[in-house]
Amino acid sequence: MKWPAIGYLRASSLDDIWRARAEHGDAAQLLAGGQTLLATLAFRLSEPKVLVDITRVAALRGVRVEGGVLRIGSLTRHAELGRDPLVAQHAPLLARAVPLIAHPAIRNRGTIGGSLAYADPAAELPACVVALGARIVALSPQGERRIAAEDFFTGLLSTALTAEEVIAAVEVPLATPASRSVILEVARRSGDYAMAGLAACIGMEGARATSARLVFFGVGSGPVLAARAGAALAGRTLDAAAIAAAQAALNEDLDPPGDMHGPPEMKRHLARVLLQRAIATTHPATEAAA
Amino acid sequence: MSARIDITLTVNGERVSRSVEARRHLIDFLRIDLGLTGSHAGCEHGVCGACTVRVDGEIVRGCLVLAASLDGAEVTTIEGLTDTGEVADLQEAFVARNAAQCGFCSPGMVIAAADILRHHPEASRAEIREHLSGNYCRCTGYQAIVDAVESTLATRREGAR
Amino acid sequence: MNEIPTPASIGLSREDLPNSYIGRSVPRPNVPKLVQGRATYTDDVVLPRMVHAAFLRSPHAHARFVSIDTSAAMQVPGVVRVFTGADIAKVCDPWVAVLAHLKGMKSAPQHPLPLDRATWQGEPVVAVVADSRAAAEDGVAALRVEWDPLPAQVDMETALAPGAVVIHPELGDNLVFQRTAVQGDVDAAFASAPKVVEATFVTGRHTGVTLEPRSIIADYNRADGTLTVHHSTQAPHMMQNVFAKQLRMEESQVRVICKDVGGSFGIKVHVYPDEVAVAAMSRVLGRPVKFVADRFESFASDIHARDHRIKGRIAVDAEGKILALDIDDLTGIGPYSVYPRTSAIEGNQVVNLCGGPYDFANYRCTTTVVLQNKVPTCQYRAVGHPIATAVTEGLVDLAAQAIGMDPIELRRRNLVRDDAYPFTSPAGMKFEGLSHHASLAKLLEMVPVDRIRADQAEARARGVYRGLGIAAFIELTNPSPFMYGIGGARISAQDGATVRMDPDGSVVVASGVTEQGQGTEAILAQIVAHGVGVPVSRVRVITGDTQATPYGGGTWACRGAGIGGEAALQSAIALKEQLLTVAGTMLQANPASLDIVLGEVVDKATGAQRISLAEIGRIVYFRGDTLPKELPREFVQTRHFITKDYPFAFTNGIQACWVEVDPATGMVKVLEHWCVEDCGRVINPLLVDEQVRGGIVQGLGGALYEHCIYDGEGNLLTTTMADYLVPMAAEMPEIHVGHVETPTKESLLGAKGAGEAGTAGAPGALMNAINDALRPLNAVVTEQPFTPARILRALGAI
Repeated sequence: MKWPAIGYLRASSLDDIWRARAEHGDAAQLLAGGQTLLATLAFRLSEPKVLVDITRVAALRGVRVEGGVLRIGSLTRHAELGRDPLVAQHAPLLARAVPLIAHPAIRNRGTIGGSLAYADPAAELPACVVALGARIVALSPQGERRIAAEDFFTGLLSTALTAEEVIAAVEVPLATPASRSVILEVARRSGDYAMAGLAACIGMEGARATSARLVFFGVGSGPVLAARAGAALAGRTLDAAAIAAAQAALNEDLDPPGDMHGPPEMKRHLARVLLQRAIATTHPATEAAA
Repeated sequence: MSARIDITLTVNGERVSRSVEARRHLIDFLRIDLGLTGSHAGCEHGVCGACTVRVDGEIVRGCLVLAASLDGAEVTTIEGLTDTGEVADLQEAFVARNAAQCGFCSPGMVIAAADILRHHPEASRAEIREHLSGNYCRCTGYQAIVDAVESTLATRREGAR
Repeated sequence: MNEIPTPASIGLSREDLPNSYIGRSVPRPNVPKLVQGRATYTDDVVLPRMVHAAFLRSPHAHARFVSIDTSAAMQVPGVVRVFTGADIAKVCDPWVAVLAHLKGMKSAPQHPLPLDRATWQGEPVVAVVADSRAAAEDGVAALRVEWDPLPAQVDMETALAPGAVVIHPELGDNLVFQRTAVQGDVDAAFASAPKVVEATFVTGRHTGVTLEPRSIIADYNRADGTLTVHHSTQAPHMMQNVFAKQLRMEESQVRVICKDVGGSFGIKVHVYPDEVAVAAMSRVLGRPVKFVADRFESFASDIHARDHRIKGRIAVDAEGKILALDIDDLTGIGPYSVYPRTSAIEGNQVVNLCGGPYDFANYRCTTTVVLQNKVPTCQYRAVGHPIATAVTEGLVDLAAQAIGMDPIELRRRNLVRDDAYPFTSPAGMKFEGLSHHASLAKLLEMVPVDRIRADQAEARARGVYRGLGIAAFIELTNPSPFMYGIGGARISAQDGATVRMDPDGSVVVASGVTEQGQGTEAILAQIVAHGVGVPVSRVRVITGDTQATPYGGGTWACRGAGIGGEAALQSAIALKEQLLTVAGTMLQANPASLDIVLGEVVDKATGAQRISLAEIGRIVYFRGDTLPKELPREFVQTRHFITKDYPFAFTNGIQACWVEVDPATGMVKVLEHWCVEDCGRVINPLLVDEQVRGGIVQGLGGALYEHCIYDGEGNLLTTTMADYLVPMAAEMPEIHVGHVETPTKESLLGAKGAGEAGTAGAPGALMNAINDALRPLNAVVTEQPFTPARILRALGAI
């Protein structure tokens, strides 16, 4: 369908954003890469009165290491994330996630801020930032606040952002030599939303896991931090028994809905498979144990 | 706020000024306002890739870009890409290998393939397939398209030696 | 009869044959414009005073509409007019899609827009015409329709059961058509058979997803009373008749123009209510009305296909001899049979085609075609073939497994012998000449079976499950009037071609067959270049205009090359004779001593050039006074062709598919695919090969991904391309194509069709490959598409 009648405002600065919001209130919808929002317009599922184009707001751009964290501006496009040397060095999970996101033309426009704000339960980046223990920097005329990623996603397509706030950046703790990260997903075709996916960050000490943040996507109303499964791995050597324990714990961590691809049992099953494969990837010695 | 937005941009190397409806996406802008009918609307929800064009040097889905947002941008369509001769060899390879049947996907496919030529000169067949995986072709088995891209890459590498 | 020089007859390989384009990989002259964005699809056409239509479509599978309030819509800026079913009915008659030769078939009258009741979700109900498509959609959004939802008949299994919602009460029940074919004594054969295997197969309802959506511009000109329709269609002449008949016009008042078509696959050969409504609205408005379906409309209103449940049994003896097949097919076709081909043909084809490659004695197959409140189904590429092939080949593989025989060996023992023709199949199909054994032999040259089996064993030891599947098939091509004409449909099985030479010695061919991207224009150019004796670059082709081409059927059932190509060849030969007659007079030579090679008249014996066609053109067109008065000089020749000896020219082939199944995730990766097919004389291998590949990919798509999924209330859930999955480049395999050539003797050209072979065999080969991979895990899948969920369920993992 053709897009419904809408208005358009181009913001060049944060102040422009605040002004547009002051004037139009809830009728104003921020537009970043637009790769999800504009598709929903084509379904006439959302009919915002005014699109506020924030892509020219310089304050929302840039990737840098600052204060011991990697700060990724919210307008960073997926393609930029995938080729940024700082991201590759300090948050390799994000770089690995990029090829799984849709297709090149989409990755050239879609932004990390847009992906997090939309909070699609099957999207890769929300799961990654939760797995990484990142913080979302929310900006409003009143100033900045930082929200732990796991608190940021509050339900289906909803976040902790207030109506006044915009995502300014994501702050990611720097990867250490002891940290392993992996993202895996099962999708019908390359670039499709995953039937089930897993972003995992595991701290290792020798063969022992010190911590494990296992975040599943495509299996709930948002990214699902599998706390029990993670706890089942923490402090243990990642052998078959540990994996089995974590897989068993997943049953309580996950309560997936069915979808057109299959019933909830399928998603549970795939989550267990992904967990095993993720451990095997981060810790090749256990491959044989599979 | 306005329902019509004045934009000035470069399309295929020519400066274009128009007043566009805010609701106009790039593909309708190109097709209806500029008469550049080489770009096609296949699904208009960002999946099929028939509308692939270049904006500021990078490929995008034309149906997922507001024309109003393109003030100052540089847009290249299949018409412009053809005129410059940048992909003449690729287009010849498409012809030689019958890598187009109905042709509705072809302009988008050529632009996506041109992206491989620019950014991934060493791409393998699997990488070519992966890079084109967002461009739907219903007629061919994709194989002739992959062949055409692969042979163009090989010829260009040869020429660079 | 066949005087075409063959490579063998003149001792040359085809590529070296200087004066022939038959069998050569000539690049398609259409492709440069396609890859440069210079094609003209219907939506690229802009006419003065053109307005745009959008439709309000039923949100319910079955509902009466109590009232339609158009007042707000008329206030929307840009809206010109709103049309309801009653408005359209004033100028347009309903149609009923039945064919007389399908005994007992029934369907209900269908209006372009229904008068009081919608019978599928997505049915067009109200049309808004506006100065832009966006404004028309705004108008649709402002329409207020009061609905009275009715119970929907969704499940085809209960369509005939007591308590079913009878969709058209005047028909009495939901049964559209039923037919049983019987040969031999099936019950006795099963009763005494050493081994009987049975299975239930499901083929998923899917659709064509042409990348160019259905598109039409209807332009009624009150000044001269003509309707010109720019239409993305496969059959311009058929549509000319339909528009004329429904709009109460003379056929001669309607012209259908079809420039470039962005894919069709059978989707664009049917009469769609929204498109007829567009023509009716133009008739009323007296100005051009454009309608281009958007993708949601495509999913909810393009015909669907292949919604079948098939129960099958096969009886074999210990030596693997097939003793009997017993098939029961059930298909749901939506609320109306689709005009004018009808929606009973697909099921009828299942009856005609099951067991097709094999020589066996006892056959029974029943199809039951029922109504339901879903999108109407009709003919889509390889109509019925992929169903019949998957069922037959699935049963053959299960039988081979049951008696412990190699499935290739079982096929070898049962395929109709290559020297057995003419042959009539148990289903009653007449085969002029097929090559199952030669094709199997060729396939086995291409597929490294021993290496694959070794790899398979080695992989299994590592817990990796790979499988090889085979599927033999037959394909119906070159249809005669026995397909539709005898049933009363004005669908032309004959086709015509006009070939002319212009003064510069170039040649133009106008043909009733159409170009949908398959290369029709390229092969017509080749055939005419060959027939006249000119360089292929000197032939221009006109198709897709009812006013400029001889009457013909267009593109369907793989007839373009075999029927349209033969008409072009005969016309070209007639023109050549005429040219040589004139040249003989000019040169004072016996025409029989002359030939035409690459645009030059030459002495046949020596090859010496005598006169160019351009020079003949100059003299005939500008200095006709210098020629003898009585000399005929008709440089325009028209011939028509229709098959006469066989109702259809069947082709055959065999495919192999090599897959890896991940038993943990249920994901299938197609590693490699092979197809050997015999389409008679191959005119252009380059085109045929990629046609076959494209067909295979469509077949794999239906077997792996494509599925129109409904909920229990008849709501279509797969309405976007993110939900309805089509095959993309990354997942598709490398596909190897080989040929065996058994030309049909019905024509000089000897060509049969090639466009549907790939689609016919791929799903069956894939299914058998998956089941070969799963065999050590004791799992079998027979329901398409073979999704991860279905495979995991078969494995007991979920």
